[in-house]
Amino acid sequence: MGMTMTQKILAAHAGLDSVMAGQLINAKLDMVLANDITGPVSINEFEGAGFDKVFDKSRISLVMDHFAPNKDIKSAEQCKKCRTFAKRFDIDNFYDVGEMGIEHALLPEKGLVCAGEAIIGADSHTCTYGALGAFSTGVGSTDLAAGIATGQAWFKVPSAIRFNLTGKLSEHVSGKDVILHIIGMIGVDGALYRSMEFTGPGVSSLSIDDRLCICNMAIEAGGKNGIFPVDEITREYMKGRVERSYNIYEADDDAEYDQVYDIDLSSIKSTVSFPHLPDNTRTIDEVGDIAIDQVVIGSCTNGRLSDMKEAAGIMAGKHVAKGVRAIIIPATQQVYKDSIRNGYVDTFIDAGCIVSTPTCGPCLGGHMGILASGERCVATTNRNFVGRMGAADSEVYLASPAVAAASAIAGKISGPERSK
Amino acid sequence: MDTAKGTAIKYGNNVDTDVIIPARYLNTTDHKELASHCMEDIDKGFVNKVKIGDIMVAGENFGCGSSREHAPIAIKASGISCVIASTFARIFYRNSINIGLPILECPEASEKIMDGDEVSIDFDSGTIRNITRNETYQALPFPEFIQNIIARGGLLNSIREDK
Repeated sequence: MGMTMTQKILAAHAGLDSVMAGQLINAKLDMVLANDITGPVSINEFEGAGFDKVFDKSRISLVMDHFAPNKDIKSAEQCKKCRTFAKRFDIDNFYDVGEMGIEHALLPEKGLVCAGEAIIGADSHTCTYGALGAFSTGVGSTDLAAGIATGQAWFKVPSAIRFNLTGKLSEHVSGKDVILHIIGMIGVDGALYRSMEFTGPGVSSLSIDDRLCICNMAIEAGGKNGIFPVDEITREYMKGRVERSYNIYEADDDAEYDQVYDIDLSSIKSTVSFPHLPDNTRTIDEVGDIAIDQVVIGSCTNGRLSDMKEAAGIMAGKHVAKGVRAIIIPATQQVYKDSIRNGYVDTFIDAGCIVSTPTCGPCLGGHMGILASGERCVATTNRNFVGRMGAADSEVYLASPAVAAASAIAGKISGPERSK
Repeated sequence: MDTAKGTAIKYGNNVDTDVIIPARYLNTTDHKELASHCMEDIDKGFVNKVKIGDIMVAGENFGCGSSREHAPIAIKASGISCVIASTFARIFYRNSINIGLPILECPEASEKIMDGDEVSIDFDSGTIRNITRNETYQALPFPEFIQNIIARGGLLNSIREDK
């Protein structure tokens, strides 16, 4: 029986010729990742179990992004714990304030993850790197501690759902709308334990940023991973970032899928997830009149340069509506610098936004834009659970950078067409 | 962990890790402190009513969202002896096994146990007994591989033994 892309990568990393869905395997890892929230728990576990060596100091990434720059004394202590650990084991890829970016934007940008690799991260959005044709998935801190110690992890080989993409996205519609549309269609547990494999002629019309955004939210459908095939666009992205040789895995023609969905990209409209689950989606023409208090554009989902460009294009020459706070967070220092160089930061500030240093910050209700009771936010982030960005009765509406920018200008949830 | 017995505290579908332990409390790894905020955004009364041994019962996709291991840690440290759900999100499932929070998948129990029912569990057989309603339900057993991790005291202990 044929294998899916994911199964082929897992087989290769388990040293097996083939694997089947449901099989339990032990796989070698190319990269293991933790942040300032999950890292300290991993370090406690690692040290508590008496390990005194890491498997490979060049294959461990520690990124201080969630509550950094430190929001309070406790957060500072957590970063300090990670810093001390990184120093003790001479970890190559320790990213502290000044160099850090949001982990899932930073690792691809730095070439630390690439096609054909197997990656675990103690952060659920580790599934992002499937955009480059890698197997990557989120785990907890104990699994991560085991990964730091041994360079291995156990997996149940997943079955897969295939999304056959055709056509091309309309103007102002992006990867975010594709993945919100899919989550709305299959539900927040629609891909539970399974791979989401994105294939078909429509793939070539999607940028790397679109693909990173789509794979990023595979977890929001319960997926184990999301993955795209490697093409010219992927190779072009990896050029200059990835020095090492990499492997490209393609699904077999006779690979089995639990389900196949055909999606015509040209039919997808701007999509918004209403509170309090990502699958509670409506297209922009169905949202009605919803006044907002805040907009956040950033995060590991939508904090990349193309996201900044899209938002700046919509805000240029306009001003944020009175009473709306607009917070722009470029995901990495490079995105920040490029946004300055390209004039996006000027545009944002002139429009009445603030532009922040990279941080996960408000996405998970950490800092830099917490919501008060009853407040509403349109965010390009990935979760709109109860209390996610602040008070338990505040509301988060998930949307693309285009919709978020247009909403900031209009003062209510709006599509970019209407704001013109 | 042979048996558990306690009062059921019931929730619905898609209980996410943000409501199990809101991220604003993730600036600590202290188990007791995490437990003191467990479930507060959907059930402010949980921390006051939960008694040692109580059993959390929920619907589908329990523990969806973030990979934070603080979530099963907070539940365990609050005194809950077992979580029964129709299905679990995959990262939460792994995390619970890794930190030693007993979990059982059982759609029938998830549906029929009501808030406040007295429930007992035999982990070896996976049998769940609803004392209040005099019913029994059968949970899906763990795969042998996972039973071994549990029997050897969690993932890190089992890795250390293999070395």
